[in-house]
Amino acid sequence: MSSIVLLVVGVTAFITGFQIYSKFVANKIYKLDPDFVTPAHEFEDGVDYVPTNKHVLFGHHFTSVAGAAPIVGPAIAVIWGWLPAFLWVVLGSIFAGAVHDFGTLWISTRHKGRSIGTLTQSIIGDRARVLFLLLIFFLLLMVNAVFAVIIANLFMANPGAVMPVWGSILVALVVGFLIYRTGAGILLPSLGALAVLYVMIWFGQDLPFSLPDMIGFSPTDAQLATAGGDAAIAAEAATADGQRVGWIVILFAYTFVASVLPVWLLLQPRDYVNGHQLFVALGIIGAGVLFTNPTIIAPAVNTNLPADAPGWFPLLFITIACGAISGFHGLVGSGTSSKQLNNEVDARQVGYGGALGEGTLALTSIIACTAGFAIYAGADGWHEHYGSWAAASAGGTAAFVNGVGVIASGIGIPANVATIFAAVVVISFAATTLDTAIRLQRYIIAELGVEYNIKIIQNRWAATSVAVVSCGLLALGLDRGAGGMRIWPLFGTTNQLLAGLSLLIISLYLMRQRRPAWITLIPMAFLLVMTTWAMFLNLERFLGSDQIMLLVFGAAIFVLEVWLLFEAGAALKRVRAEAATVAGETVSD
Amino acid sequence: MEAKPPLRDRIMRRLRAAKEIYEGVYIAPYRSTIHREYLRQHDAFMLLGFSDLLGVPNPIQFYMLESYPALIDEFHEWHVRMGMEHPPEGGFRCC
Repeated sequence: MSSIVLLVVGVTAFITGFQIYSKFVANKIYKLDPDFVTPAHEFEDGVDYVPTNKHVLFGHHFTSVAGAAPIVGPAIAVIWGWLPAFLWVVLGSIFAGAVHDFGTLWISTRHKGRSIGTLTQSIIGDRARVLFLLLIFFLLLMVNAVFAVIIANLFMANPGAVMPVWGSILVALVVGFLIYRTGAGILLPSLGALAVLYVMIWFGQDLPFSLPDMIGFSPTDAQLATAGGDAAIAAEAATADGQRVGWIVILFAYTFVASVLPVWLLLQPRDYVNGHQLFVALGIIGAGVLFTNPTIIAPAVNTNLPADAPGWFPLLFITIACGAISGFHGLVGSGTSSKQLNNEVDARQVGYGGALGEGTLALTSIIACTAGFAIYAGADGWHEHYGSWAAASAGGTAAFVNGVGVIASGIGIPANVATIFAAVVVISFAATTLDTAIRLQRYIIAELGVEYNIKIIQNRWAATSVAVVSCGLLALGLDRGAGGMRIWPLFGTTNQLLAGLSLLIISLYLMRQRRPAWITLIPMAFLLVMTTWAMFLNLERFLGSDQIMLLVFGAAIFVLEVWLLFEAGAALKRVRAEAATVAGETVSD
Repeated sequence: MEAKPPLRDRIMRRLRAAKEIYEGVYIAPYRSTIHREYLRQHDAFMLLGFSDLLGVPNPIQFYMLESYPALIDEFHEWHVRMGMEHPPEGGFRCC
């Protein structure tokens, strides 16, 4: 199978979806009105509500929603072959994810720019708001734990990426200072930062850094068993555990500091450099595929699945969340983008277009892992790398990084430089998500402190400590961090549930407006059924393998899942009853 | 028919638009945070400069009078933001 064909088919489907389906949704369902006074105009305050050029808003929205998750999910999911992942990314983006992102942006615009959290309360009720807060809490907890593990693994696998990643933090601090304290403008410092980053990436391989093992774990029984009794191999695995724990502790110490710094000093310049990285990465992978047309060696559907791997149906739908449909996007759309929409008709480009952009990133991840990486490792090597569910979860991102190395070498970039580039891209995306998510978790913890009158956690330092320690414990709690990637499906599930909740809100609003709601009800029903089913299977597996921590978290999420199902059922019934009453009154009139 | 502007002007206009979009993407996500930070610092400055209006002795009161014409608009925004519909007694008559 040619990877050009896969890329062209995927992108053509996205363009067709944008040109045909999104127009249908915009004109017939959401009925966008160019004369509607958007909140940006109605409440213009120069702070939150600011009418913004649609290209600027698209750039902001797209770079906010795209991150490491649409790379990691597909990189794990290709264990089932490229076809299921490809179909879910393409069809999921067009018919579910993009409709969800577009819908949350639109519904928030129609409700004075209110966020999904507030809309949950006003459209469904107080109880649903608690559900919303719990979903966000779990989502942030898991995203922090899992991303810390991903970064630690990438640092260990790519010692050449360590210097550019930490160096880029210093560069970002300098850029932030230049822009805001010396008024140096934005263009030159940002481009300078990018140039310095690429120089560091180029020389990264000459300055590798491996964290020494500062803990000195003894090998576990499981490691001894895997090593077949070879003490040296088991000791090596224990040393790797020590290094991983070291990195995870360093990362959380960094996020503690980063999340209490002013945003202009570190987060803003880093986000902006990442925005450039996103477009550069998409460009390099796209050009590499078009120039070299690497063959997809991995199977379309993997019939030779490892014994411990679950079947693709329905686990695929919680393994790939971002890249197909993700509730997190609704938070961005209804949180900031809706307050800046200049004209309601721009919502199609910003919301629907932004989600398709992320779908394209997921598509490149599939190609990098099934063509690029398969060429790097060979057909047998590919099967060996994806030789177990645990290995696929832990090593999916490494497959992407090495795959990009092979693809980029086709356009003249040395493979080892491109590998470091790809590792830096994934690490930077994951690290800025970590900064932001710890910051958000701190706000939520402080808010809970106010709600329940717990003084101590209202303090900024205490709230940050609680956020960092809880996420750190979760990351380290599974086999000294080595099993941290097993949280991934739980993260996917929570993200999908949040999307389900947003789709429910849009559907209820559409039904109250007496408009067809099937475009959101069908994806919602699909998501809820698939995630419930997949979580049920997951719980069975956790119970069978004595994973107490996963079982507890899985059970908590399953409870939220069932709760959401009941909320959806009750709310839909209520709206139908309202509609029947109105119809009855109309007839009797 | 109106003559097209020269090519150089059109290119410059496009480049300016591209630069605006480029800078806009940087500023848009953090506009509110940056603006709040600016206001916080500015409010502290106003409080230091015009503390006499709130009954706190101000050694530089005389010099601050000179800044009156330059700061009148911001002074108005400041007292409104501080929850005072009209300026405090004895101060500038801005509204």
